[in-house]
Amino acid sequence: MRRWLALLALLLAAAAPAPAPVAWPAVRPGVPLVFPRDHGAHPDFRAEWWYATGWLKTAAGQDLGFQVTFFRVRPGLGEDNPSAFAPRQILFAHAALSDPATGRLRHGQRIARAGFGLASATTGDAALVIDDWRLQRRGDGSWTTHAGTGDFGLDLVMTPRQPLLVQGEGGYSRKGPDPASASHYYSIPQLAVRGHVTRNGRREAVAGTAWLDREWSSALLDARATGWDWLGLNMDDGGALTIFQVRDKTGGAQWAGGSYRSAAGVRTVLAPADVRFLPGTRWRSPRSGAAWPVAPVVMVRLPGGWRRLPVTPLFPDQELDSRPAGPLYWEGAVRVPGGRGYLELTGYGERLRM
Amino acid sequence: MAEPLLPARPALWLVLGEWRAQPLRVAAAVFAIAVGVALGFAVHLVNQAALASFAGAVHSVAGSADLQIEARTPQGFAESLYPRIAHVPGVAVASPVVEVAATSGQIRRPGSGGTASGRLTLIGLDPFRAVAVTPALVGVRPGRDGAAIDGVYFSAAALAATGARVGGPVTLAAGGRVWETRVAGRLAGVGRAVAVTDIATAQWRLGQLGRLQRLDVRLAQGADPAEVTARLRALLPDDADIATPAGEEARSDSLSRAYRVNLGMLAMVALLTGGFLVFSVQSLAVARRRPQFALLRVLGLRQGALARLVVGEGLALGIAGSILGLGFGYGLAAAAIDLVGGDLGGGYFGGARPVLAVTPGAGLAFAGLGIGVAVIASLLPGREAARARPAVALKSGADGDAGARPRAWPGLALLAAGGLAALAPPIAGLPIAGYAAMALLLAGGVAVMPALARVLLAPWQAMRAPVPVELALRRLWGAPRGAAVALCGIVASTSLMVAMAVMVASFRGSVDDWLGQVLPSDVYLHLEGVETAGLDPAAQARLAATPGVARIRFQRSIAIRLAADRPDVQLSAQPVGATGPVQLPRVGASATPPPGEVPVWVSEAMVWLYDARPGTRLTLPLGGRKVPVFVAGVWRDYARQFGAIAMADEDFTRLTGDATRSDAAVDVAPGADPRRIAAALTARLPPALAGQALVARPAEMRAVALQLFDRSFAITYALEIVSILIGLVGVAATFSGQTLARAREFGMLRHIGVTRGQVLAMLASEGALLGLVGGIAGISLGLVMAQVLIHVVNPQSFHWTMDVSLPWGLLAGLFAALVVAAAGTAVIAGRRALSADAVRAVRDDW
Repeated sequence: MRRWLALLALLLAAAAPAPAPVAWPAVRPGVPLVFPRDHGAHPDFRAEWWYATGWLKTAAGQDLGFQVTFFRVRPGLGEDNPSAFAPRQILFAHAALSDPATGRLRHGQRIARAGFGLASATTGDAALVIDDWRLQRRGDGSWTTHAGTGDFGLDLVMTPRQPLLVQGEGGYSRKGPDPASASHYYSIPQLAVRGHVTRNGRREAVAGTAWLDREWSSALLDARATGWDWLGLNMDDGGALTIFQVRDKTGGAQWAGGSYRSAAGVRTVLAPADVRFLPGTRWRSPRSGAAWPVAPVVMVRLPGGWRRLPVTPLFPDQELDSRPAGPLYWEGAVRVPGGRGYLELTGYGERLRM
Repeated sequence: MAEPLLPARPALWLVLGEWRAQPLRVAAAVFAIAVGVALGFAVHLVNQAALASFAGAVHSVAGSADLQIEARTPQGFAESLYPRIAHVPGVAVASPVVEVAATSGQIRRPGSGGTASGRLTLIGLDPFRAVAVTPALVGVRPGRDGAAIDGVYFSAAALAATGARVGGPVTLAAGGRVWETRVAGRLAGVGRAVAVTDIATAQWRLGQLGRLQRLDVRLAQGADPAEVTARLRALLPDDADIATPAGEEARSDSLSRAYRVNLGMLAMVALLTGGFLVFSVQSLAVARRRPQFALLRVLGLRQGALARLVVGEGLALGIAGSILGLGFGYGLAAAAIDLVGGDLGGGYFGGARPVLAVTPGAGLAFAGLGIGVAVIASLLPGREAARARPAVALKSGADGDAGARPRAWPGLALLAAGGLAALAPPIAGLPIAGYAAMALLLAGGVAVMPALARVLLAPWQAMRAPVPVELALRRLWGAPRGAAVALCGIVASTSLMVAMAVMVASFRGSVDDWLGQVLPSDVYLHLEGVETAGLDPAAQARLAATPGVARIRFQRSIAIRLAADRPDVQLSAQPVGATGPVQLPRVGASATPPPGEVPVWVSEAMVWLYDARPGTRLTLPLGGRKVPVFVAGVWRDYARQFGAIAMADEDFTRLTGDATRSDAAVDVAPGADPRRIAAALTARLPPALAGQALVARPAEMRAVALQLFDRSFAITYALEIVSILIGLVGVAATFSGQTLARAREFGMLRHIGVTRGQVLAMLASEGALLGLVGGIAGISLGLVMAQVLIHVVNPQSFHWTMDVSLPWGLLAGLFAALVVAAAGTAVIAGRRALSADAVRAVRDDW
């Protein structure tokens, strides 16, 4: 469930000159997910993402966090324009490396309109290209990615060790009080990662565990949403916990949800009442001035009763500021007792512009 | 013997005494230097400012692109080149660009006033790419994140050109299409009239589907530009070329360089004339002070010290003049930019208003020039002062150095050297040797003057004349050096002004004739902003069928790039008859094309710039290929300094696949009213093109062209007039000085019975004779120098030739004015000299 991108899609669409609205398909319950087709792009929908996050360990034993994200947006522009440049599909990608040695993110981005073989999101199976960045699913089911800037580089292979995790009701995941605010949503937790990380021109082997989120939608959030928090945890015992909440302008939860899949593969869908985020200590960014609740305490009602999960970031400054061209958000590697994963925070820096 | 300690105080006293005695003349000399320095400095400042603003405009559009892949023709190249370039190792970003000339509303003729010219450049780009290379061109809406991929963004100049407002509607026409849209926002930091929109919109709305005009390329960090350029070059189709910012600057520089250098040279001419004025003032001052100098010598002052004293005076004049000149120059430059713009009327830079920036180095250089001229002009008088033998000088006072027969050979040698220099080829594309020839001819002409004066006066020797005239003749014959000083000034200024006047008259005459030759029809139709698509065959047929049209000939003009560091060349498709293009004034020899080859006819500039002589071959980027063509002939063209090529209609259509046309020449049927036909033609234009059309009759076009001509020569005229004025002031100063110095002589004449009136008549005769001799010599020299301007400087600077035509009226008027002014000044000065008591004047003679 990601988030600022939905906003961007809205912005791009709002800018469409004439009303001439594009008939973005609505997300409905009861549409079964079909693989490998649904790994690939759904170009008719308004927005879509492939979102990989995870923990890595270097040969020297150092912990690193990484994020590689590809987005696809159909802004509703140039739909009838015969030009090969027509901006019917816009692709962009973010990559970041959380390196405790520097205490901040190394990050980069790519953005391009689909076309000319320079940027594409293939249908049928996952294959994303923006210039030299890649995210692809191979025949053996593993996912490879290459991303980076002059500052850092990621070359990773992520191999599933568990079946994929269908979120919500058969992949229909509600994001708000209105049933129309929803997405198709599945995840692949507990991915085994191998590969290389390049820092300051030095390439070293890494290994670790990752999480892939896949979501597509045409109307993700309703207009009153001001931000959201998302947490995906690979538990040490093989379990996978997904938690999210959508906040309104009071800072309270407008909607919440998630899922828990135990090591044994038993899946529990979390309703809004089953999830609670307690902000905890905040870290104020010296750059943006935003106060991020980087160490929240998360309360989850699991079949065994309420569990309290105090979250600890790898380090506080995992803010990603890609303004003015992109969004301001916090995306960081975090720990809980008995698990590790990624926390995403948005809508804390400034009033979200809709 | 030790150097006497004397100089400082008496010398200063002597100098100040002289200045007090002759304040006006000293002021004139200082002023002359100041004007020369001011003009030179001002021209330099304006040029620098204009070039900087032009470079800035280029930069804001080129952004941080390390190089640009540009289409050689407005049709652009196939967009499939874009991904291939983007994939080249070492290329960080390739930003595709669609760029077409567009119009909004009804365009107006250049120079017809008003700011809303209706012309702008429409750029389509991919903001996601452009933001990394040319961020200034990416439109951003307030309150919205990210690059906008919708809407049209206008620069301030584009808003002014179209009269549109942000948020308001605007109608743009380009590529034969009309596009109604709204102004979404402003582009800050772009000086040119530019509107930017998304590349897909631009391709679609402006008929550019599949085509790109440019790729802005940024190289990866650490990539070797030469290596990447070589890789890119290997991929380029025939209709694209690589341009670097350096090449771009060279192109913008060469656009106006010759014009700028010529203005600079004119300023130097003014400075040189100022130098002659200093020379004459100093010579007179030396002559007047002979007894004092002799006294100083007798008191022990050495020759060298005396020479240094005179040169020191020159230095002081030079310093004062230069300081004043720098101040004037700055003011002048500021005023010039306000009044005529950064191109000084040359029409080379459109739009952006330049900002003056003073570089101390340039200031020092021009001050140095002014001081140098003043010092050099004082060297000869200084030497003369030092050489005079004290005994003779003390005795004969200020006058006499009769006897020495002037030598002619140094002057003749200089004239010969000038003649040789005129034959030299251009240096770095500039007529440096031509200007050297002018300077040598001028120096030679002045140096030969004393000897020439004797030759010219000789016939008058035997003539019986009234007493005053005879006295005048004897006097001029007897004191050639005194006469020579006056003649130098006359000759120098007369010859320069004659040379300029003859050149401008010849040029204007040739342009006028040329306009007559190239505009034989009754009505002309011209479409602007149709580089990519003009009148299609159907529209052509509709126009041809207009009642009252006897004949209509269509033309197509496009700009093509033959060299990356040179301005574009105009290629036009023309009706061609058996002997070549029917409407072009041909010059020089022709060549018959071998069968199967495509003949073209080139303008004179093409011969200069690309060595495209008849019988040679050129390669033109046409229809995406490199097409070899055969140069069949040369024609005269004053409209396009950087070259034009004419090609037969059918060849053009076949080679480019472009059957549309941009111009039409219409002959009306006998008895039809050209005005009515013009209106009918306009009404029959396709609606999409109507706004881009200019319809005119030859008389109007001729008037506009000559008006533009005069505008571009306005500064030339101004500089010329300044030179003339300085020259005349010099002549007046010389006469009055000489006359005042002869008070004793007049006293003597009065004593032996010559009447006051006869003395004045003598002076008037002397002046008139000098004016006559100087005028004849100056005009002759000027005519020779005009030949250098016409046949060397102009072709080498602007790559066109012209026929000599002499402005007889102007020359005659000039000659008469010179004689009258010389005689008049002599008489006015004489009245003052005669007002002194004759007895006292003679008593002076101890």
